[in-house]
Amino acid sequence: MSIFDERPEPQWVGEEAGPIVRPYVLTRGRTEPSRGRFDLITLVVTIRQVSSREPGLEPESLAIVRLCLQAQSVAEIAAHMNLPAGTVRVLLSDLLDQGFIAMQEPHSETDMHDERLYRAVLDGLRAL
Amino acid sequence: MDSVRSSRDAGRVKLPKAIKILVAGGFGAGKTTLVGAVSEIEPLRTEETLSDRGIGVDDLLGVEAKQTTTVAMDFGRITIGDDYRLYLFGTPGQERFWFLWDELALGALGAVVLADTRRLADCFPSLDYFERRETPFIVAVNCFDGARTYELDEVRLGLTLHEDIPIVLCDARQRESGKKVLITLVEHAMRTRLGAASPQQDAKPATDQTAAR
Repeated sequence: MSIFDERPEPQWVGEEAGPIVRPYVLTRGRTEPSRGRFDLITLVVTIRQVSSREPGLEPESLAIVRLCLQAQSVAEIAAHMNLPAGTVRVLLSDLLDQGFIAMQEPHSETDMHDERLYRAVLDGLRAL
Repeated sequence: MDSVRSSRDAGRVKLPKAIKILVAGGFGAGKTTLVGAVSEIEPLRTEETLSDRGIGVDDLLGVEAKQTTTVAMDFGRITIGDDYRLYLFGTPGQERFWFLWDELALGALGAVVLADTRRLADCFPSLDYFERRETPFIVAVNCFDGARTYELDEVRLGLTLHEDIPIVLCDARQRESGKKVLITLVEHAMRTRLGAASPQQDAKPATDQTAAR
């Protein structure tokens, strides 16, 4: 991953203009995260605070770090960022590598045999 | 596939466990309505940009050469105490996005297939899919205004639904009704996966001998 590429100043166009770059540009052409599966319900939480002057962080990555001060799923991050989930996965894998976030992948199918899980979910639903 | 790589979370933060439930059914069957009725947040929309997955593509040239499609999914959330978070996903209805379903269905607790009695056949693809994949599912018949009401046994027959699969009536707009649907699903998934003898709540199996889809 290159860190010496030139970045445009984020202010050069108004917010109303909408997205001015295609998602793949944000990920520098990558379509797969470097590691992690990042299921839509993988939960992500920020574990290292970041300043807005953090070198090497795109505004989108910075926004994710801020958003995830409270744990969010990949799907929620994508929805709030208005980015395709695939793009978010790549950005997340970078943030994971850089130590900004922690994540928890969801249950695998073999984990779905835990009776406590069902009991807890049933109790929770009934209490809604 | 299940290479869980959560090394960074160890000992630092305790995250709840995320669980997903799918809400499937034909176009206009009320998937997003049901999700919205039970969700603690306004339903959100996420977009998956789909391409030929599994091939590690690293350069823009490859990206351009690939066929990409964007599919939108609506989803909601229910927090269950500190330990669990339930996410409800409305699955994209179009059959050609089944490869996305595979990713969605992986690790899902189960699925609700919403049936609209005016267009019963619309939910056949969902039934086929979850039966084949052995994802626990139930059928919820959404009672639309003005739609003729059918007996559940009639619907079961119309869907050639196996007698073990619960079928319930619901009003997808009503929170209480949505809750009931989800509870029925979780109980069914628990029975299916654990074989637990939980309270018998399903109606007696109908007289549909057709079965064996």
